[in-house]
Amino acid sequence: MPMKFDTPAGQNPIDQLKVVGRPTDRIDGKYKTTGTAPYAYERHDVAPNPAYGYVLGAGIAKGRVRAIHVEEARRAPGFLTVVTTLDTPRLERGKMNAAYLFGGDEIQHYHQAIAVVVAETFEQARAAAYLIKVDYAPEAGRFDLAAEAKVAQPVPGDSGEGSGGDGVERVGDFEAAFAQAPITLDQTYTTADESHAMMEPHATIAAWEGDRVTLWTSNQMIAWGHGSMAKILGIPKENVRLDSPYVGGGFGGKLFVRADAVLAALAARAAGRPVKVALTRPLIANNTTHRPATIQRVRIGATPDGRITAIAHESTSGNLPDGDPETAVNQTKLLYAGANRLTAMKLAHLDLPEGNAMRAPGEAPGLMVLEVAMDEMAEKLGLDPVEFRIRNDTQVDPNKPGRRFSHRDLVGCLRLGAERFGWAKRNPKPGQVRDGQWLVGHGMAAAFRNNLVVKSGARVRLGRDGVVTVETDMTDIGTGSYTIIAQTAAEMMGVPLERVVARLGDSRFPVSAGSGGQFGGNSSTAGVYAACVRLREAVAQRLGFNANDAQFVDGQVRSGNRTVPLAQAASDGELVAEDAIEFGKLSQEQQQSTFGAHFVEVGVDADTAEVRVRRMLAVCAAGRILNPKSARSQVIGGMTMGTGAALMEELAVDTKRGFFVNHDLAGYEVPVHADIPHQEVIFLDEADPMSSPMKAKGVGELGICGVGAAVANAVYNATGIRVRDYPITLDKLLDRMPEAA
Amino acid sequence: MRSFTYERPGTPAEAAAAVARTPEAKFIAGGTNLLDLMKLQIETPAHLVDVNGLKLDTIEPTPEGGLRVGALVRNTDLAADPRVRKDYAVLSRALLAGASGQLRNRATTAGNLLQRTRCPYFYDTAQPCNKRRPGSGCAALDGISRTLAVIGSSEACIATHPGDMAVAMRVLDATVETIDAKGAARSIPIAEFHRLPGDRPEVDTTLQAGELITAVTLPKPVAGTHIYRKVRDRASYAYALVSVAAILGKDGSGRVAFGGVAHKPWRVEAAEADLPRGAKAVTDTVFADAKPTHHNAYKLKLAERTLGAALTQARA
Repeated sequence: MPMKFDTPAGQNPIDQLKVVGRPTDRIDGKYKTTGTAPYAYERHDVAPNPAYGYVLGAGIAKGRVRAIHVEEARRAPGFLTVVTTLDTPRLERGKMNAAYLFGGDEIQHYHQAIAVVVAETFEQARAAAYLIKVDYAPEAGRFDLAAEAKVAQPVPGDSGEGSGGDGVERVGDFEAAFAQAPITLDQTYTTADESHAMMEPHATIAAWEGDRVTLWTSNQMIAWGHGSMAKILGIPKENVRLDSPYVGGGFGGKLFVRADAVLAALAARAAGRPVKVALTRPLIANNTTHRPATIQRVRIGATPDGRITAIAHESTSGNLPDGDPETAVNQTKLLYAGANRLTAMKLAHLDLPEGNAMRAPGEAPGLMVLEVAMDEMAEKLGLDPVEFRIRNDTQVDPNKPGRRFSHRDLVGCLRLGAERFGWAKRNPKPGQVRDGQWLVGHGMAAAFRNNLVVKSGARVRLGRDGVVTVETDMTDIGTGSYTIIAQTAAEMMGVPLERVVARLGDSRFPVSAGSGGQFGGNSSTAGVYAACVRLREAVAQRLGFNANDAQFVDGQVRSGNRTVPLAQAASDGELVAEDAIEFGKLSQEQQQSTFGAHFVEVGVDADTAEVRVRRMLAVCAAGRILNPKSARSQVIGGMTMGTGAALMEELAVDTKRGFFVNHDLAGYEVPVHADIPHQEVIFLDEADPMSSPMKAKGVGELGICGVGAAVANAVYNATGIRVRDYPITLDKLLDRMPEAA
Repeated sequence: MRSFTYERPGTPAEAAAAVARTPEAKFIAGGTNLLDLMKLQIETPAHLVDVNGLKLDTIEPTPEGGLRVGALVRNTDLAADPRVRKDYAVLSRALLAGASGQLRNRATTAGNLLQRTRCPYFYDTAQPCNKRRPGSGCAALDGISRTLAVIGSSEACIATHPGDMAVAMRVLDATVETIDAKGAARSIPIAEFHRLPGDRPEVDTTLQAGELITAVTLPKPVAGTHIYRKVRDRASYAYALVSVAAILGKDGSGRVAFGGVAHKPWRVEAAEADLPRGAKAVTDTVFADAKPTHHNAYKLKLAERTLGAALTQARA
């Protein structure tokens, strides 16, 4: 029976905070900086003599593949085999896949995989793939969100990372309250399609032994991928192994299996030897998933003293027929008070590549809009935007006023942030501050992201040498999972961090929460906590202690006057304990969320309207921070990504040909170092016993939530120009810029 | 990438002859653009003639008081040369505004002139593109054209020359020195080096088959404030939406060329007399024949305001 977490956490060994809670260098850092961390495509040790697969993407957005001519490719040097979509019946989809990944003649979207060519070298596979000729029967498709939005229908939806709800949700009577409100705002905004643009492309090496296949891959959710690959390949789960110890960024783009894993498996079976497949950069935008563009309407009604009486947030996004809506209205259900509320999600059918989760799905684009609307409303009310938010704080779920937040200190974030940033010195009148060529502006926004808890397991081993080894299928996607997991085991077993080995990402290990929805850090360490409780019991029993009063400190176990080295418990052989933590109803009884406040200073070039961020501050309230160093890295990464969304990131849709045109890292611009100034992050010192024995909450996505709106509000403060269509590129400002000096 | 043969000739004339006699041959120097395009099957040479060993990598003074920059001088070295920094600062600044340190270490003077457009449709072999596949059409005309040309374009192509260096060379009135397969030397004014697309957008320059760039000659220095202002969507590592290369006096008089607006660096000398009257007077003339798309019409306003910024800087 897994450990059940259904009462608030009391005092436990984690509260010692000898290892947990301390700023700690990531234990895998040395491998990454010396090039010895084995990423999927570089697993030279695991599958000798691999062949190379090259994926060919469809050159049309919608239609049928009539014929694939591979004769010339077959004659190419080094050619081994080819698997085409016409050779293969349409394969089942894996978990969270909306588009089909391979098989059959139907093309659902541009760059859908239609063949994998296998050759002795990568270059030979690529050269052979270019020799393939494809006959298509193209069909007309729907590619323009603005056009399709007119017929979009309300649908329920779930981001797969916990934010979601019904198509339309109502509290009170929004329309009546809005009509009566003395001060109102009604604005429509758009956010762009965005690409995860992670450094490591989707990559897999597949090797078959008889009817069993191993996939060394890059995946955030091992258990999902494990089940999905078994389903797609039509073989029992026991015959599939996934191993993903290092992931070079995922951001939601690797929550599920993609064409690299499927085609590596098919190609390896066809070639009769291991095959490695990486998606090339130009394929990633259109072959994989993206954050869908949205059209969002926000209406706010308030009393003259700034109390919100009515708030509505409606979002329309597009997707393939089996895809979900972007859950961009989610935060609006919980962030501010107001008796009359309406949220709605509409979904339009588009024949573009699949929209799916990307870092803080829902909240990231939702807050980019809501928090600009709040800024606009504050101005209408003549209120400071910080004060307007404080005035509308709520300590209960506005939808169910009997339901409290487990811990909510948004106000603390806002106040501390304003103080540290020097908000009081800001000129609220736009377009007033000049520094040389720069129009200077300041903006802020609230940050909000729900805290999710997901069942998570781990196995812990105590070796004869006293080394504690943790095994769990939890992944480290650059977030610092290795380190917080080792910190947890070290704290629980009373050993220094150096005496802990963490082994992650292997489907042979106990199933964990995985990395997504910012639920991984808290949930997976709680699973390690549960396993360590079991190991402590086994150790106590072996040493003849009562587990309840044995203390695990300094590599020793103590009780009363007796002290025994921990390693002695394993003197007759390794001790192994396994457990999982399962979360009960606490998260339903009280709302668990994370909060923050972003403050941004921008400069807008008075002549060219180029926007450059000059200063950023985030204050975060996210429960206990397990490793302030890696948590800070998560937040500044989120702030950077949010800056990209605000100022430059946009998958440009060719609405005639139906694809994302700027499908490489030259065309899809993300911030570079020169775009990002000093970033300051402050964590409020808190612990939330409702969340888990760790008393921690998610923090990996909080940093991106709201930051884009803070940038947008700063641009408005600098220029007096309100751009409601992201990204805020200079062409949208230029016509309305003040006359240059 | 198509398989190719490869050779390293000993002299510029041999290199020119090698490309002239071999079907589908190309020169390769730094390779920072050509190799990328080969990997994407956009360039498919059958034979590469590596010119890196030709010792065209020095910067020498000319009897006329200018500088002769060898074809193989790396962008990093050209930008850092003290004579360039002192007397041709617009060139140094343009170079440093481009690419990244790593790329500038590899990229050469001649290769930079020959870099191909970054039009996204040129980069996607499944799409029509007259520059990549003559006669296939231009997807950019009614597609995504925010970064593309506003002037000098044709019904066949609205691509831009993506470089910075050439814009500075245009304002400096540089000359491109070449040698052909017969060993004959030629000097091409930079104004005549890059072509407009017309109905043959696949041809970027006026170089003949096998003609090898040996140097770029800069005339004697031009006095004034040397300005290179590159406007882009992020602070570094991006192509210019619009750039301005200008050499201006305190009264605003001088010369100006624009990048990011056309198939070649764009300069209209006849408009330069109006520089002391302000940016709009100049850009109204320079862009009188502009045919922007809905997506890139902002570039006209941007060019005017960027030139205005340069004039402000020069007058300060």
